[in-house]
Amino acid sequence: MQQIIAPRIENVSRRAMLRGLGITAGLVLAAPVLSRRGMAAYSTGADKMPHGTVNDPRVFVSIAPDGIVTIIASRAEMGTGSRTSLPMVVADEMEANWDRVIVKQAPGDEVKYGNQDTDGSRSIRHFLIPMRQVGAAARMMLEAAAAKRWNVSITEVKAVNHEIVHTATGRKLGFGELANDAANEPVVEAAKLQLKDPKDFRYIGKGKVSIVDLRDITTGNAMYGADIRLPGMKYAVIARPPVVGGKLVSFDPKDAMKVPGVEKVIEVQGWPWPSKFQPLGGVAVIARNTGAAILGRDALKVVWDDGANAKYDSVSYRAELENAARNPGEVVRNNGDAEAALKSADKVVVGEYYLPHFAHVSMEPPAAVAHVADGKVEVWAPVQSPGGTREDLAKTLGISDKDVTVNVTLLGGGFGRKSKCDFVLEAALLSKAVGAPVKVQWTREDDIRHDFLHTVSVERIEAGLDKGGKVVAWRHRSVAPTIMSTFVAGAKHEAPFELGMGLVDLPFDIPNIRCENPEAAAHTRIGWFRSVSNIPHAFAVQTMVGELAHETGRDPKEMLLELIGPARLVDVGPSVKDLWDYGEPLSSYPIDAGRLRGVVELVADKGEWGRQVPKGHGLGIAVHRSFVSYIATIVE
Amino acid sequence: MIKLTVNGQARTWDGDPSLPLLWYLRDEVGLTGTKYGCGKALCGACTVHVEGQAARSCITAMSDVAGQKVTTIEGLDPHGDHPVQKAWREINVPQCGFCQAGQIMQAAALLTQNPHPTHDQIRETMSGNICRCGCYQRIETAVRVAATGA
Repeated sequence: MQQIIAPRIENVSRRAMLRGLGITAGLVLAAPVLSRRGMAAYSTGADKMPHGTVNDPRVFVSIAPDGIVTIIASRAEMGTGSRTSLPMVVADEMEANWDRVIVKQAPGDEVKYGNQDTDGSRSIRHFLIPMRQVGAAARMMLEAAAAKRWNVSITEVKAVNHEIVHTATGRKLGFGELANDAANEPVVEAAKLQLKDPKDFRYIGKGKVSIVDLRDITTGNAMYGADIRLPGMKYAVIARPPVVGGKLVSFDPKDAMKVPGVEKVIEVQGWPWPSKFQPLGGVAVIARNTGAAILGRDALKVVWDDGANAKYDSVSYRAELENAARNPGEVVRNNGDAEAALKSADKVVVGEYYLPHFAHVSMEPPAAVAHVADGKVEVWAPVQSPGGTREDLAKTLGISDKDVTVNVTLLGGGFGRKSKCDFVLEAALLSKAVGAPVKVQWTREDDIRHDFLHTVSVERIEAGLDKGGKVVAWRHRSVAPTIMSTFVAGAKHEAPFELGMGLVDLPFDIPNIRCENPEAAAHTRIGWFRSVSNIPHAFAVQTMVGELAHETGRDPKEMLLELIGPARLVDVGPSVKDLWDYGEPLSSYPIDAGRLRGVVELVADKGEWGRQVPKGHGLGIAVHRSFVSYIATIVE
Repeated sequence: MIKLTVNGQARTWDGDPSLPLLWYLRDEVGLTGTKYGCGKALCGACTVHVEGQAARSCITAMSDVAGQKVTTIEGLDPHGDHPVQKAWREINVPQCGFCQAGQIMQAAALLTQNPHPTHDQIRETMSGNICRCGCYQRIETAVRVAATGA
C-alpha cells in the first residue's frame, strides 16, 4: 500500500524537477534517531505544546549523492505557506540552493517531528528558531566534513550556495559529495550553533520564493485529501443525525440500493455528545463513485431520535443569551469599581452585539481516505492535527499508535475545522467494515449542517462617560457557549483561552473595568474557527468605540487612541489569574499599547483616514491584538 | 452508451447518464484536478471546458456531454504552460490552491472568447469563482497579465 501511494504523496511538490534530476534512492544524513529537542533563542510557548519542537537536522534534512537536499515540512499546508517557508528557513541557514531542494511532507509523528498542530497562528513563531538551528547544524556538519577531507582547519571553510568552499584556495566540494561524510559528523549542539547573520539571508524576508506547490496547483496535480485514489477504493457519503446528540433509530436501504453504482448501505458507529472529535454516526452509502453515493443517500429512508437538542432554535437561543447578558455573571476581570462609576457617570452608552454561528466552509469540504488491513490503518487526509489524528485513530480502532500512519495531504483551507478528525475516523471505521480502502466525502451541505460551529455570542458593553466625554467605566458581558462543551458535558463558561482573546486582555486605559461571563449552554458542537473568540470580542469592543465616538461627536481614530492611552505594556491587574496569552510567555509577548497605537497610525496613514468619501459612504477604523499580532483596519 | 472526448482522448460511459460530469472525471477517469466545492454551481471549483466554453461540471450530466469535447485543467496545455497558467505562476496567485483549477479554466475560457477583456469584464466573468483565501486581486492581475503580457 505504501508503494502505491508514496510517489503521489511524497512528491507532491516539484515532481517535474524530481524527474529531471533523477534523484537516487541513497539518501544519507537522515537517520532514525531520537529527536533532539529544540531550544529557542527567545522564549515561546512551543515547549508547552505536546511534544514541543525538534531541531535535529537528521530528522529534517537528507542529502542525496547528487546533491539534492530533501527537507521535511512537518506542519500542514492550508494556504498560509508554512510548507514552503519553514523548509526555506532550513535551506537558507544551511546555504542550500532552493532550486535543488525538495520538500517532503511529514506523516503524523510528533515524537519524531515535534508538535504538528497547525493552528494558533504559530508555525513560524514556534518553528523559526528550531528550523534555523536545523539548517545551521546541517551546514556546520557539511563544513566539518569538508575540512577533514582537505585536512584544513574548520575556520578556513564555509558553505556557499550548495557547496563548501576552502577560502584560501577556492577549492570546492558540493553538498552531495560531502553527504556521506557529513552524516558521520556529530550533530552540533544547540549552544555551539552559529546562526547566520540576518544580513546574509538569501531567502528569509526577501519575498522571492514561490510556494513549492505552485506548479502542481496550476496544472491540477496538487493532491488534496479528496484527490487520493487507491486501487479497489470505495466512495462513501454518510447520512448523519441532523441534531447534535441525536442518534439513528432505523433505516431502509431499499431505494438507495436501486441507485446505479450503489454497492452497500451500512450503519456508522456514533458516539454520545460530547465526545471531542468522535464521529456523529449515521448511515453510510458505499458506491463506485461519489455521485452515486450522494444519490443513494438522497434515496435513503432514515428515522432519527433527535435527542436532548431536538428543540434547539437559534432565534429563541439568541433571546436567552441576550437575557443573560443583561444580568450579572461570573466576574472574570475587575479593576476599580465599574458598577459605582457607571452609576455616577454623566452618560452611559450601551452596545449589544449578536453574532450567529459561523461554519468554517473551507473550499475543500472534509474528505479522507482510509485503508484498514491486517490490524493496521493508513490514512490520507487534509488534517491540521496529524499527531492528534493518529492518537484518535488508534483509540477508535483499539490499536497501537505504531500501527497508524497518517499521511498529510494539502488542505483546501482549514480554518480550524480540519483540526477535528471526525471525518478521518469515519473513513477508518468504514474501511474496516467493508474490507477495502474507503474515501469519505462530505458534501457542502454536510459541511455546514454538521460542522463544529463557531460559538454564537451576545456581547453587551456599557460605557460610562464623564462630563468631558471621557470614558471612566467599562462593563463588558460576554455570553457564548464554550469550545470546552465539545470536550466536557455541561461546560457553560468561556475557558481562560477564550476569555483571553480580546475580553479580559482589553488594552484600554480606563480606571474602572469589569468583564463578566454569564453562563451559556451549548446545543451544537462548538469548535474553534480562525481567530476564535477574538471575532465576537473584537467586533463588540471596536464597534463600541465607534458608537462612543458617534455619541460624543468625536473622531473615531482619536477616540480609539484615547481609549488605548499612552504607549506602555498593559497590565490587566491582579483580578485576572494567569492571563492566557495565546500560550506564549507574557514576558516575550506582552500586550503593547505602543504597538496598538503604532498600527492605528499606520493604517490611518495608508488608508487616508479622514478623506472625503462619496455620499452614503463612511469610514470605520478598528484595531486589535489577536494571537499576539497587532492588526488595524480601515473600511469604507 | 455515452461517447465523449476528454482531453483529446475518446471515452465511453455506460453507467448512469445523470451522473454529474464532475464525479465521472474525478472518480471514474481519475482526473482529480477538477474540484468539488459545492455541487450546486455556486463556487466554480469544478469548472471545465465543454466545447471550449466554461461549464460547471458538478451540474453537467453525462448525458449533456454526449458527443462533446471536454477539457480539464490537466488537458488545458500539454506542458501546463497555457498563458493563464504561466501568468498564475508569475503573479503567485494561489494560497491553499483548491479553487485555482476552476479559476484558471474560467479565465482561459474568457480569453478564448474575448482576448482583450476590460477590467470590468474580467471581474464580471470571474465573479462566479469563489476563493476562500481571498486571492482576488492577484487573480484579476493574472488574468490581465495573461491577456496583455503585463
